[in-house]
Formats: sequence, C-alpha cells, structure tokens
Amino acid sequence: MSSSVLYDVPGPRARRLDRILNVTFSVAFVAIAAYVVYAFAQRGVFDDRWKVLWDPPKGQTAADVWTSLAQGLGNTLLAAAIAAPIAVTLGAFVAIVRRGITRRLVTGSATVVTEFARGLPVLMLMLLARLAFGWSPLWSVVFGLVVYNAAVVAEVLRAGLTALPKGQREAGLSIGLSPMRTTLLIELPQAVRIMLPALVSQIVVLLKDTALGYIVSYPELLRKIKINRDYFGDDYVIPLFVVGATLYILINLAISRLATYVERRLRERGKGANPPEIGPAGPIPQSGVGGPPRAEGARAGDPVFGANRPVESQPMPQRYPGESDEEFQRRIGQASSQRASLRANDRTGDV
Amino acid sequence: METFISEFGTIWGGFLATLALAAASAVLSLVWGTVLATMRVSPVGPLRSFGTAYVEIVRNTPLTLLFFFFVFVAPSLGLLVGLGFQWSLAALTLYTSAFVCEALRSGINSVGVGQAEAARSIGLTFGQTLTQIVLPQAWRTSIPPLISVLIALTKNTSVGAGFAYAELVTVQRTLMTENPADALFVFFGIALMYLVITIPLGVTAGRIEKRVAFAR
Repeated sequence: MSSSVLYDVPGPRARRLDRILNVTFSVAFVAIAAYVVYAFAQRGVFDDRWKVLWDPPKGQTAADVWTSLAQGLGNTLLAAAIAAPIAVTLGAFVAIVRRGITRRLVTGSATVVTEFARGLPVLMLMLLARLAFGWSPLWSVVFGLVVYNAAVVAEVLRAGLTALPKGQREAGLSIGLSPMRTTLLIELPQAVRIMLPALVSQIVVLLKDTALGYIVSYPELLRKIKINRDYFGDDYVIPLFVVGATLYILINLAISRLATYVERRLRERGKGANPPEIGPAGPIPQSGVGGPPRAEGARAGDPVFGANRPVESQPMPQRYPGESDEEFQRRIGQASSQRASLRANDRTGDV
Repeated sequence: METFISEFGTIWGGFLATLALAAASAVLSLVWGTVLATMRVSPVGPLRSFGTAYVEIVRNTPLTLLFFFFVFVAPSLGLLVGLGFQWSLAALTLYTSAFVCEALRSGINSVGVGQAEAARSIGLTFGQTLTQIVLPQAWRTSIPPLISVLIALTKNTSVGAGFAYAELVTVQRTLMTENPADALFVFFGIALMYLVITIPLGVTAGRIEKRVAFAR
C-alpha cells in the first residue's frame, strides 16, 4: 500500500474502528446500490427491452443488431489502426528532426507546430478536415487523430531524448557520427525504450478519441448505437449503451494493462538510462504519459526503471562558485523545463 | 478574414461559453477530485475500492460516451439533466475529476515519508495528518499537473459542440459551413481563442513547476 505511511499499523482500538467503518461503508454502498437498482426497476429498466440484444422487435434479427454494432467497433478500430502508425511515424520524425538538425529555424518551427497542434481540441481538427478540406468522415477522423497524437508522440520522444545522459551523444559524436546519425543510431533506440509505457498509453488516448467521430458522423461504435436507438426507439438505448460502454472500457483497460506490464518489465530489467523526471515529484509519478496509476505510488527516490536510483543520488541543485542567478536558473531549468512536455495527455484527461 | 471580423460577435459569444463551461467544471471537478483522492488514500477499504474503481473506469471511457450517457441514456433512468450547459457540465466534471484525483494522488505520494511519520509521531490522527501536513504540500507539487488537467479540460469542452452546447467549436462548425471560402481563416481565428486560454495556463504551469522544484 503506497499510502500506508499516512496511518499507523492499527492497534486494537484502531482495528475495531476500522472494522466498524468498513462495515458501515460497505452497508452504505450496498444500500445505495440496492436503491439504484430498485429505482431502475421501478422505471422498467429490467423489463423486456433487453431482448433487443437477442430477439429485437420490428422484424429485425439479433444478427442484424450485432452485425451493426460489430461494424461500428470495426470502424472504431479501423480509424485507430490507420491513425496510430502514421502518428507514431510522424511524431518520431519530428522528434528526430528537432534533435538531429540543430538549425534554429528548423527546431523553432517544429516547436511552434507541435505546440499549436497540441493546444487545439481534436474535434476542431476533425471539423477542419471535414468542412474546409471536404474529406470523408473516416479521413477527417484520422486527420484529427494523426495531427494531435503526432505532436504528443514528438513531445514524449523529445522528453525521452533529453533525459538520456549527455555522454551518449558525446560518445556518438566523438566516434565521428554526424548529429543525425547519433540521434538515429544511439539516442533514439534508448529514448523509445524508456518512453515505451508512455507511448503505449497514448494508444488508449487515441482509441478514446475515435469516439469523437460520432460528432463528424463517422459510423463508429457510438454512432452505430445511436443509429440503432433511433431505429428501435428510446426505450432500447440502455442495453445498447451498456454493450458499447463495456466494449470501450474493456479494450482500453486491456491496453492500459499492457502499458503497466511493459513498464514493470522495463523496471525489472532495470538497466539502461533513467527515465526523465516528470513533475516536481521527482521520478515519474505514473507510467509516463497517461499510463494507469502504479500500484506503488511514486515517492521521491522511488526507482522507476532500475533499483539504482536512491534518494541520495539526486542531490539538490548547487550553485557553482561565481555563477550568476540567471546561469544557475538556466542550468537547473534545463532539467525541469523538459518535464512539462511529458505532462501530455492521458494523465490530464485530454480527449 | 472578412467572416472572422463580421462574425466576431458570435465568436466572442462562443469564447465566453467555452470559458464559462471550463470554469464551472474546473471548480466542480477540483472538489470532487479531491474527495476521490482522499478516498483513494484513506484507511477505509470500501472507500478505497470505490475510488479506485471510479478512476479506472472513467479513465478508460471516452468523454463522448459520457456525454452520450447524459443526453440519451440518463433520461430513461429517471435522471434528468438540463439541456446543453448542464449535461456538458455533468459529463466534464465526472470525467475530469478522475484525472484531478490522479494528479493529487501522485502529489500526495510525492510528499516525503518523513513528513507523515513526523506527524504521526506527534500524535496526529489520519485526518489531521492528511489535512494539515500532507495535503498542503501535495497541493503545491500537484499544481503543475493540475494545470495540465485544466488545459485538457478547456479543450474537452469542445465535445459539447456535438451535444447542443453552443461554444467555440459549434461556432466554428456553423461559420465554416456558411462561409466555405473563409474556412481556414475561421479555423485559425478560433484556434487563437483556444490558445489565448491554454498558453497562459501552460506558461504558469511551467513557472510554478520551476519554483516548486527549487523549494524541494
């Protein structure tokens, strides 16, 4: 238990109190649940409307309903499957360009573009493609997803790149590799590795965002549920919604678990570069950008991917003799200014 | 360009609507998120389970699905939520509070173990330890991630456009449909309105983060 430090190991009195509180709240929750079920039953939520799932009215067969829902799910996954690889490739490209080409103009414009793309609602981008470019709903959805997620992936990778020990780059350059080759051959593989949990979690965000396709009339799962509801009538919306919500949650939970698994694997193997610190808390508070919360909370000195990072190894920043305030700020700020970029999405609930 | 200028009144209205929705749900989700975070670290098992289940489910649900719930499903459950603003507020609050909870919880976990130990050793109870020692420090470290949550919230208000709440993206859609020739200008104009909200927030987050990093 991450927070057990907040209270003592319970003694006899506290144990009794605990038991009382446990029972009280359990009873309260059960009572609330029972009341909700009762209220639902009063409104006929549990009547034969559920038959829409196996014996639908209006001369339809169950196969018709399920086929349309399956098509919706297929479209949801299709949009995600097209958008994800493009977004990752594009994001990696931007990150490489920013790192490997050290021209101000290039890095500057890349920064402006990523910040712009990250600062806008995905829906706005989808509508841009739909209305201004006149693209089909599918490609509008893909456009919105790609532009936004590419920017996030670029930021995630950039944070990974800046987190690598400086020696990696110096070693690459000193054996005569160009800056670009150093980035490609030495830095990028390590950055991808440490940011892998964050990248996997970003897929959850992307998949969740496909539901915005509902608004630009892309026939994804939610839109199909709406279509079925319009056809069968409002009474049947509950069973259809329950099926849809379950599908979304199960798929996203599975990917979230995958991110946790990847993170644990990396942590167990534990060698390699330290992941970037995000947030003032020190080491990664959760699995990077939007992973599921870790069972063990991040605590100062919590070794994230390796056991080789005790608290003592993170000294307070010290001012060099004769260093001006501004130089000190800059030197320290370098580390912390990179963190902002990691506070990308899932952790913030960005749609 | 012309459209942007001639329709500026409409756009400004949309901007205010976005801002109002963002502000209202920010306040509500901060409150509810703090309650959830307290539940998740509390010594009472059922509360912890509830908090965990809530956060896990909501984080893995698309926001659009929550809007859909309040608009189409809730009425048949006997749960009537008012049109437009109110159901947008409900959906955004339920959604955002899960992320507020997580930001706060990671803040709580970042407070040094010694702080809570010291508090306990002088005899403070769980409630006192949390409210007087840990939470004030957790708040500080949580502010930058919380601001990121608020930025995301601001952008998320756009989902209201699909569900009868007239905010910036609704205006964007109308203007783009009516003036196809000016579509790009409309897009960049409205983009600017969002950036006006989100960039200052981001800058503030960066500043505070640097300052807090120093204090530790």
